[in-house]
Amino acid sequence: MAAGVAAWLPFARAAAIGWMPVANLPMPVAPTNKNKRQDELIILNVSGRRFQTWRNTLDRYPDTLLGSSEKEFFFNEETREYFFDRDPDSFRSILNFYRTGKLHYPRYECISAYDEELAFFGIIPEIISDCCYEEYKDRKRENTERLMDDLEDNKDNKPPNMTCRETMWRAFENPHTSTMALVFYYVTGFFIAISVITNVVETVPCGSMPNQRDIPCGERYTEAFFCMDTACVMIFTVEYLMRLFAAPSRYRFMRSVMSIIDVVAILPYYIGLVMTNNEDVSGAFVTLRVFRVFRIFKFSRHSQGLRILGYTLKSCASELGFLLFSLTMAIIIFATVMFYAEKGSSSSKFTSIPASFWYTIVTMTTLGYGDMVPKTIAGKIFGSICSLSGVLVIALPVPVIVSNFSRIYHQNQRADKRRAQKVQKARLARMRISKAGSSTAFLHSKRNGLNQSLELTGSLEEDQQLKKTTSLLESQHHHLLHCLEKTTNHEFVDERLYEQGYLQTALQNFPSQSPSLSSEEGVTGTCCSRRTKKNIQALNATHTHSHTHNLQELSALHIHCGEQQPLNTSRSSLNLMSDESGSLNCKSSGLVTTAIISIPTPPSNNSRANPDAPPPPNPDAPPRPNTGSDVVKISAL
Amino acid sequence: MGVVLGTFSMHTKQVNYRTDKVDDELEMTMVSHRPEGLEQLEAQTNFTKQELQVLYRGFKNECPSGVVNEETFKHIYAQFFPHGDASTYAHYLFNAFDTGNNGSIKFEDFVMGLSTLLRGTVRDKLEWTFHLYDINRDGFINREEMTEIVRAIYDMMGKYTYPALKGDVAKQHVDTFFEKMDKNKDGVVTLEEFVIACQEDENMMRSMQLFENVM
Repeated sequence: MAAGVAAWLPFARAAAIGWMPVANLPMPVAPTNKNKRQDELIILNVSGRRFQTWRNTLDRYPDTLLGSSEKEFFFNEETREYFFDRDPDSFRSILNFYRTGKLHYPRYECISAYDEELAFFGIIPEIISDCCYEEYKDRKRENTERLMDDLEDNKDNKPPNMTCRETMWRAFENPHTSTMALVFYYVTGFFIAISVITNVVETVPCGSMPNQRDIPCGERYTEAFFCMDTACVMIFTVEYLMRLFAAPSRYRFMRSVMSIIDVVAILPYYIGLVMTNNEDVSGAFVTLRVFRVFRIFKFSRHSQGLRILGYTLKSCASELGFLLFSLTMAIIIFATVMFYAEKGSSSSKFTSIPASFWYTIVTMTTLGYGDMVPKTIAGKIFGSICSLSGVLVIALPVPVIVSNFSRIYHQNQRADKRRAQKVQKARLARMRISKAGSSTAFLHSKRNGLNQSLELTGSLEEDQQLKKTTSLLESQHHHLLHCLEKTTNHEFVDERLYEQGYLQTALQNFPSQSPSLSSEEGVTGTCCSRRTKKNIQALNATHTHSHTHNLQELSALHIHCGEQQPLNTSRSSLNLMSDESGSLNCKSSGLVTTAIISIPTPPSNNSRANPDAPPPPNPDAPPRPNTGSDVVKISAL
Repeated sequence: MGVVLGTFSMHTKQVNYRTDKVDDELEMTMVSHRPEGLEQLEAQTNFTKQELQVLYRGFKNECPSGVVNEETFKHIYAQFFPHGDASTYAHYLFNAFDTGNNGSIKFEDFVMGLSTLLRGTVRDKLEWTFHLYDINRDGFINREEMTEIVRAIYDMMGKYTYPALKGDVAKQHVDTFFEKMDKNKDGVVTLEEFVIACQEDENMMRSMQLFENVM
């Protein structure tokens, strides 16, 4: 519940009077305001600057420093004010949080200083409101990255206990970590360069053979080039296999771009080895050699800039697509126009529309080779329009791509985007949680049986113990929801239990649960487990003392056990429960066994009490406080 | 080129027009309302000065303009019932508070209503509740009105309840209510029938006293 509307809670509670005539059940007792003192102004002196606010404002958030009794440690007796030796500028936003329920992050504030202030005052940063949350998270991320970068630069020693495989992988990914890795890095780089140069030089005509024709070097020094090629491919194959061995996830490695490039780079050689010198396929084999040029892409492991360029092109895919699409449209239009314009002229090169494509492309990109020129007047007019529009169409998407590149280059983090996605998901999850938070708070307190405290006539310390985690505001709000439950004679449950309950009603037909049950025979009469619960409800109204006493003990037991036990659905025995209760300082520990046994006797008499899960499957062991869900069901509500 | 410039200028003119409309809207929302003086309100209601001060501070915090319209009212009320949909019941509450029927609640209306609910006599409270139920203000509560109200209350519970809400649960509730209230069985409940029936019901009387210490 937003504390901003806390001031309207009295109104909401007063309006609940509208439910009273409709309700058939009596309402629970309202929580009383133990501290009946008038609301007073308190002075908070933060490093000399005095802030004043109402005490109630601070009490809205009892789990922070200012809202709890922790602030008494800072109380100055002589000046009757609370003194904090902290930054007064940051304190402004913290105090505003109490007033408005929204925590804002001022932009001029340093992120780590702000975090420290929040930690001091016991406020978690996750509740920063949406208007400032993005900014906060961005700054936080930048800060942690900077710290991590510093850390990485500083740490030279590898963590101990890394297996050989992990060491290898680390060496491959970060060449500067060890000298071996650096050597490997340079050697592979060298061989990539050699391989590329070899491919290039292979085609250069060198040769003064006695015959007239110049033959390329490749054919002249076939063995030498073959040896070079073999050596390079050996190195590349070994490198690929080592990477494959060291990769933490082989499947993912094999799918990555770099490994595909590696494979494509070395495959032609092996294919060439396998294939014989068959004349038919040698043509195809020659084509395959083209793929050797892909070895140059292996350089991208060595160059950060190349990787960024590739990443930019990938991220600007939509702009590139738009560029391509608009160009295609323009080309087709102008080619058609030019073809029909030049149709008339004799010996025109514009023989067909596809033939005009070449002219259009060359003109639009302002290349203007001049191998095709229009001769008619109409052709020349349209040709000039074509070149003008070409400039526009190409110039428009290009700056977008350029700005993208510069942005990515400055960020220099590929994982940045992935991390941002995670933050977005976390933020959405956080919003969902906070929305559900107020509803789960009520269910949570029900589970802990805190509503029982309103009906227990327990001692003072019990009340205090139970109330210590909820503020008066929360208990009043829960009381309001409790009244609504009584009015409609239905309970709030969470989704999981709702589904289970729904299943049970589908499985077996129940007697109709009329709200107005006779109370006396409730416990002793034959009834199903659910009717037991209803009767327990009615029991609270009547005053069969022994039963209520047992019930109180039972519910008290549930309070303690419910709080302490983790939620597991094991069917632990009664023995376990009594042991636990013994250790939990339950006031009713002596009566545990009797309380538990007295209640389930009715269901055991009943033949209809089928084994279903919530409420209890086993008539002999109904209350299983190990399961939080059962506490809700069985405890006297 | 001239055509391009022409279209651009037309576009800017449109933008100017839009900002003018926004300014008009801003002016309308700035109209605020100031309540009567503290002494007058103290005389008219059963609250003390301090209580009125606390109430007004809360009121003004949520509605700086000094009046609550139905949307804000529903929004505030919904914050207290996160499980279900409180808007229907809030609508009826709004109509009950808005005695002047002008679509907005001023602080005076708010405080008058609260004074009746919290500090009024039992008869006053019952009359107020009767007016809440009597949606069309004809002096009678018939079955349809009651069904509306009960359905609105059940809407606030939301979907996840135990036991699960069946379709006719509201109808059953209304039938129980009419059996209790409608003495002469003429299908409608008048104010007198309502008051008498409520005063006979001990549980209800006890529940009415429940919210005495709200302020």
